[in-house]
Amino acid sequence: MQPKLTNSDCHDAREDTEYAEQPKEDFLRRSSADAGTRVARGDVSHDVKIQTNDLDIYYDSCHAIKEVSAEIREHEITALIGPSGCGKSTFLRALNRMNDEIPEARTTGQVLLEGEDIYREGTDLVALRRRVGQVFQQPNPFPMSVYRNVIYGPRLQRRVARQEADEIVERSLRGAALWDEVKDQLHKSAMDLSGGQQQRLCIARCLAVESEVLLMDEPCSALDPTATFRIEELMLELKQKMAIVIVTHNMYQASRVSDRTGFFLLGELVEFGRTTQIFEDPHDDRTDAYVRGRFG
Amino acid sequence: MLSKRITRVSEWIIERFIQIAGILGIVLVLVIFFFLLRNALPMFHERTIAEVLTGTRWSPTHGEGHFGMAPLILGSLYVTAGALALSIPLGLATAIFIAEIAPRRVREILKPMVEMLAAIPSVVFGFIGMTIVGPWIAANFDAIQVGQFAALGSLMLCFMALPTIVSICEDAFHNVPREIFNSSLALGATRWQTIRGAVIPAARSGVIAAFLLGLGRAIGETMTVLMVTGNAQVMPEGLEGFIRPVRTMTATIAAEMGETPHGSLHFHSLFTIGLILFVITFSVNTIADIIIRRSEKDIA
Repeated sequence: MQPKLTNSDCHDAREDTEYAEQPKEDFLRRSSADAGTRVARGDVSHDVKIQTNDLDIYYDSCHAIKEVSAEIREHEITALIGPSGCGKSTFLRALNRMNDEIPEARTTGQVLLEGEDIYREGTDLVALRRRVGQVFQQPNPFPMSVYRNVIYGPRLQRRVARQEADEIVERSLRGAALWDEVKDQLHKSAMDLSGGQQQRLCIARCLAVESEVLLMDEPCSALDPTATFRIEELMLELKQKMAIVIVTHNMYQASRVSDRTGFFLLGELVEFGRTTQIFEDPHDDRTDAYVRGRFG
Repeated sequence: MLSKRITRVSEWIIERFIQIAGILGIVLVLVIFFFLLRNALPMFHERTIAEVLTGTRWSPTHGEGHFGMAPLILGSLYVTAGALALSIPLGLATAIFIAEIAPRRVREILKPMVEMLAAIPSVVFGFIGMTIVGPWIAANFDAIQVGQFAALGSLMLCFMALPTIVSICEDAFHNVPREIFNSSLALGATRWQTIRGAVIPAARSGVIAAFLLGLGRAIGETMTVLMVTGNAQVMPEGLEGFIRPVRTMTATIAAEMGETPHGSLHFHSLFTIGLILFVITFSVNTIADIIIRRSEKDIA
């Protein structure tokens, strides 16, 4: 890790540019003062679901994420945009520690989930990943029935009685706006569903374990426009109950669905703020160039 | 102009050559099948099918000849079943280790090493079983008097079926999209829960195909079983049959064909055994093929 002084300098400087126009969010300043130290549970407003402090991620010697500090809020959709290889997916995977599965990856800094650092020693990865669910780019149902896909997560933890399982499956599929389409084929293979249905099934799997945060890594890039529209509709519905982070290549998608947008470039979070501000009045020239489609 | 024509002609020649090579494979299988059938059928002019398949006495040169194949068929089944009972858990565990658990460097060494097992000639396995493993077991376990018995054949066949099972299982696991593994982890599964609950079901067709091909390999193997299973054409009985000498179908053909007068009933009976083996391995391979094809569709 770099000296703390450099870190917090960088952090403060970034925040000044990002939130200069939003003085009402003064708690951000408070948490930035705490950057680098443990923030105890309850210290951060519950409005913030996940906060990263000076997050650095390396793949061997490649510095993939550079001192990223950002807040993911409850009941909001946060979009992460940027050109390929800019680190936005790496950042996303840091939020449920899926980077742990990549042997070369090394992470320093903090990721606070409701104030608890998920990178502290002794974190229960299983519990963490249930709280912070993930939907991947390729729709990837398990090659089993729709029903068993949904109940897969709950059954990992405990025996689920038949009746309760039925309820979980129905509730989750309804939550993912899929119930009406599949209620007559619950016990048929999930591989027979369309791509968009499969992706909603993957969302239903997360709902079945009652995820509080949903990480979506380009969830629509393999889908046609109609299916994409349905997923976007669903996201807007789901944010009533949870926090959603979406990585997307599609800037229109980011501006359509998200409340906040972060622009990544070469591992750096160049700018992070309200979506309208990022797209209409970016403060950084690089953001400006990117959202106007001049590169990326 | 001329060069264009040459290209066209050579295209034609190459196309035909490939076509013929492809057809030749099918033709060969059919020719072998009819050859077996032609030489096996005369058997049934003098014996009924039931007599041959269920008869318990095989002694072709005794008197008019007894051609009961049940001891041989059962011998093959015992040895093969034992081989699968050993090689399936071992092969599956090895494949899981290579595909999902071993660090990359270990995997790169281990998989070729296991596949190298397939390069060892079967006579070498027979030799090792006959001179080292068999005598050692007979010397150390009271229940086993002779160092040549069915389970020893199973053990040796297990090592020979292992490369097939490991290699195909590992491919099947490897072909399971990484996202399936990851999304299971992302739902809060442990690695082992993921392998058991998501990866193996996703690879199940490949795994079953691997077992079937391992079965085909084991049932058709001749030299090793001839050397280590004791060559006694007796009916194996119960679990004890595994530690008693047996005689398999393949070993019978190999041992007796050389001393059989051409065209005799004994000669035809050996072809009947060959036909039965052919039908068994052909069915096993066909089923494996269908399953592999289905698994490709599943994954896509």
